[in-house]
Amino acid sequence: MLWDALTLQLGYNATLVAIGATLLGVSAGVTGTFLFLRKRALVSDAISHATLPGVCIAFMVLVALGGDGRNLPGLLVGSAISAWVGLLCMNWLTRRTRLAEDAAIGAVLSVFFGFGIVLLTVIQTMGVGRQAGLEGFLLGSTAGMLWADAVIIALGGALTLALVLIIRRPMTLVAFDPEYAAARGLPVHRIDLAMMGLVMAVTVVGLKIVGLILIVALLIIPAVTARFWSDRSERVVLLAGLAGGLAGYIGAAISASAPNLPTGPIIVLVSFAFFLASLFFAPMRGVLAAVLRHLRFQRRVHIRQGLLALAQGQKIYEPLTLRLLRRAGLVRADGVATDTGKARAAKALRDEKRWEIVRADQAHEATAALYDGLRDIETVLTRDQIDEIDRQIGGPQGIPA
Amino acid sequence: MSGEEFVPLSLTPLLIGTCAAIACALPGNFLVLRKQALIGDAISHVVLPGIVVAFLLTGAISTWPMMLGAAGAAVLAVVLIEAIRRLGQIEPGAAMGVVFTTMFAAGVLLLEQTDTSTVHLDVEHALYGNLESLIWLDATGWSSLLDAQALAGLPPELPRIALTLVGVTLFTWLFWRPLKISTFDEGFARTIGIRTGFLGMALVITAAIAAVAAFDAVGSIIVIAMFICPPAAARMLTNRLEAQIGWSVVIAITSAVTGYVLAGYGPLWLGAADAVSAAGMIATMSGLILALAAMFGPCRTRVGVQTSA
Repeated sequence: MLWDALTLQLGYNATLVAIGATLLGVSAGVTGTFLFLRKRALVSDAISHATLPGVCIAFMVLVALGGDGRNLPGLLVGSAISAWVGLLCMNWLTRRTRLAEDAAIGAVLSVFFGFGIVLLTVIQTMGVGRQAGLEGFLLGSTAGMLWADAVIIALGGALTLALVLIIRRPMTLVAFDPEYAAARGLPVHRIDLAMMGLVMAVTVVGLKIVGLILIVALLIIPAVTARFWSDRSERVVLLAGLAGGLAGYIGAAISASAPNLPTGPIIVLVSFAFFLASLFFAPMRGVLAAVLRHLRFQRRVHIRQGLLALAQGQKIYEPLTLRLLRRAGLVRADGVATDTGKARAAKALRDEKRWEIVRADQAHEATAALYDGLRDIETVLTRDQIDEIDRQIGGPQGIPA
Repeated sequence: MSGEEFVPLSLTPLLIGTCAAIACALPGNFLVLRKQALIGDAISHVVLPGIVVAFLLTGAISTWPMMLGAAGAAVLAVVLIEAIRRLGQIEPGAAMGVVFTTMFAAGVLLLEQTDTSTVHLDVEHALYGNLESLIWLDATGWSSLLDAQALAGLPPELPRIALTLVGVTLFTWLFWRPLKISTFDEGFARTIGIRTGFLGMALVITAAIAAVAAFDAVGSIIVIAMFICPPAAARMLTNRLEAQIGWSVVIAITSAVTGYVLAGYGPLWLGAADAVSAAGMIATMSGLILALAAMFGPCRTRVGVQTSA
């Protein structure tokens, strides 16, 4: 069943939803990355909640004009306008008053959403009927998706992606260093607004599939996921698009394969599964990689300290050190050094003495800064520099020649 | 309006709304100053999965398991946010966004998967509550306030939210000095021996309790609005914390009362037949007050920033 869904064999509606969700996921992932890099991820929360009054007003206007209140383009235009108003309010609160951005976000999202709910109840009492579809915008409803809706989502998504492609460089610059961007003469404030505008476009496009509460997840989670896998912003953008698209596709497929699996939440949960996998298994920034790195470091410290202790004839009591040395074949079970162990210990002690000379010498200041107790001195100094240091150390002393 | 009509139908919702507004606004003052305002947003989203899980475990709509479930979910969310922030080295906003959207999605999914058609449990209810339905059927007029038998029929939400309000007030009063110091200067607070980490956690938990109790009565949208709008508006009116808290309480009460009255009677004045959502109207009113404060408040700009900048 799931396989049928993944290969788009489950009928017309399921296919439309899968394609729409994939496109939405890609554009949300790509756009959300810039928001995330700008450290303003939760702005999307305010924008998405601020769409609700617009949807309601558009519905009322459409009904008043004698049309079908559920006309998707009309509702989307309404939601875009009110989201834009919300965005401007938020911007104004942050720039012109003493409120911090988080308070401005919270104020806009709660007030706009509250007002939207007032309008929703007004619509319910208007008694014009056919308003049932409006609650669908809260959590998305894909059951009745039409060809025209899918086309709108595809066009909106493609347009957003094209715009991102055009202004990706200034957006990246502003995200990483707004002061430098301003010094270069870029209109930082307007670029920020453009970025928010793109987020708004994605939000509006996504209303139909995942709804206004969960679109936030599609904007944030793929970007955070992608960030684990790369330090280069272009790659993060591409990976976020990929993660979002895959989550949309797989999520839509899963939700089509069984009853009672609403599309929006499933897409979010699939996306979160990607996030969890990345959090633990990403090669550089993942938790597993960090644990392995830590264990390797711990091992090196213990072996080094153990060797120094051996060289100075001290007994080792630390169980982990003993175990590591024994496993490396450097000591016997009773804690006495093997021949290799003695040789390595002697070298460790000699290296330590060499470092001591290096660190005492002003001429080696840059090299001395690299000392961390673990680095092999051969990796930072040349053969003849080491010979020079060895000459300073000299041979065994206090022994008659 | 006569007492016979007002007391049973409007008095209790009005009181519950006001108590909820104050209980959220008090901790909200500190959250706004600490730039943690969106904690309220996160908590009110994760309450849904908590309530659904509690319903699945007990199989009934009963208050205490649900409150416990909601509180558990709130604490879980705070812990998860902190864990993801530290493990993944992600900025707090994004970590919060990941956690609360996922938990909310899980809540919606659970709700769809279980058969809740027989009970009154759905997403819309969770979002905007049903303040209007918390009526006091046993009351006949003002005299019922002294009638023990009628008082026993009060909606249980009222004593619960009143108790929460008392708790929140006590917390604020008892920890006033450490809260104030650590909010404005965390480093100094630590040097004089205040355990700021512990205090910060206590503040978040207090906010979560207020959110859960208010949520039970009035839905999550008021919770977010009341955490942020009254304190933010009060912040524009004064530079002193004591005055700010006083103002925020006044604003919270004003929004609750005007919001409720406008929602209940406003449409009737305009000639419409039915009332609109009180929760939404209260949030809208608090937003209007915030807008007024942001435009005309005497302390609305940052110190040292020119308004023309």
